[in-house]
Amino acid sequence: MPMLGADMEAGTLVEWTKRPGDAVHRGDIIAVVDTQKGAIEIEVFEDGVLEQIVVQTGTKVPVGTVLARIHGTGEPARAPAAPTPVTAPAPGAPVSSEPARHGESTSAGRVRVSPSARKLAESLGVDLARVTGSGAQGAIMREDVERAARQPAAAAPTVDRAAAMRAAIAAAMTKAKREIPHYYLSTTIDLGAALAWLRTENEKRPMTERLLPAVLLIKAVALALRDVPELNGTWVDGSFRKGDGIHIGCAISLRGGGLVAPALHDADRSALPALMRSFQDLVARARAGALRSSELADPTITVSNLGDQGVDATFGIIYPPQVALVGFGRIASRPWVAGERIEARPVVTATLSADHRATDGHRGGLFLTAIDRWLQTPEKL
Amino acid sequence: MTHDELRQVVVEELTRIAPEIDPAAIVPGVSFREQLDLDSMDFLNFVLALHARLGVEIPEVDYARLSTLDEAVAYLASKRGTRLGT
Repeated sequence: MPMLGADMEAGTLVEWTKRPGDAVHRGDIIAVVDTQKGAIEIEVFEDGVLEQIVVQTGTKVPVGTVLARIHGTGEPARAPAAPTPVTAPAPGAPVSSEPARHGESTSAGRVRVSPSARKLAESLGVDLARVTGSGAQGAIMREDVERAARQPAAAAPTVDRAAAMRAAIAAAMTKAKREIPHYYLSTTIDLGAALAWLRTENEKRPMTERLLPAVLLIKAVALALRDVPELNGTWVDGSFRKGDGIHIGCAISLRGGGLVAPALHDADRSALPALMRSFQDLVARARAGALRSSELADPTITVSNLGDQGVDATFGIIYPPQVALVGFGRIASRPWVAGERIEARPVVTATLSADHRATDGHRGGLFLTAIDRWLQTPEKL
Repeated sequence: MTHDELRQVVVEELTRIAPEIDPAAIVPGVSFREQLDLDSMDFLNFVLALHARLGVEIPEVDYARLSTLDEAVAYLASKRGTRLGT
């Protein structure tokens, strides 16, 4: 069970989208897990063959639990359909006559099913992956299939999702405030050039391809992180770990309360139109409760934009184990001194909340200045 | 399409984006931003939904003319050449 953010402790396996014997490739969706953040699609990290499903559907398991075994392509191939030996019970563990509990399958390779149970399952349309076996070593018997057929398909989440998410946010933010010595910086950025460029650009584009100002801000943050990489990464076991790419966690508020901050992967390398499409897709899926595991596990920094709510500036709490959060307020027309004149200009306040264990204010200042600099040359974003 | 039908379309698309909206509670002359919890992505999706459903081309400079229910209906009617009361 992957850790999908610092606030996650457990997840419920809702569905396996691959079966034992199926070939899997890095990035494939292999399962769906229900968490406080909704149903998350779990991606595979390696190429190989799905050898064994360890955790059955409907089971809630803690982070770190092995969900399935994948036979890597580099290893000697084993015919997936070949009968696999039954693993010996763990030393000292008696062979129990009790029904095998979910997640404690004692058979390796495939689920043990009596032939008549398999036949019955087919005729009743029961998914054997969802059946708990009561036979020897967890084998599925006829009566298990009958019982499963009488039960609703998937275990419905019983906890109130909003309350669970509130509790998860509370835990993560309390941890952040307790452990991370935050420092805060803010700067006001003239967006005159960026918005003028955006207006011209959007006039040229079909309606479906127009860009939002938020995408320019995200891209500017991503490029500024190239200039100041010390803010892009995580603080783990007492030291800074540089991010393996620039993956911007975008704080997205959910209808009905709560928020998630899934990643826009490699935002520094995405052209603006592609970044806009990814951002639209991410917001839509976050609100529909259909994010992917890598999106929750990978962010190397968070951007929180509360400008639409009318605030002037956002002073955020860092999402552990990240080391920085960039906040934006609303874009507003304000008096601005340009040369010897005072003009009305669209400006935005950018703030940085950063982990003082990883960086000092000097670095943070360079970073905010870099964001400002990138926004003055929007054509280079 | 009559004004009433256009109004129906606008309300339907708004509630598709923000399902918590009570259609009966929308005040026609007050801006959506003031009375509904819509962010810029929601508003963009709203405009795109109207474009897809009604086939109207809406330049970005006109987005401000869609800020209330009354204005949005009037604007869409003018774009579609709908006469008042038809």
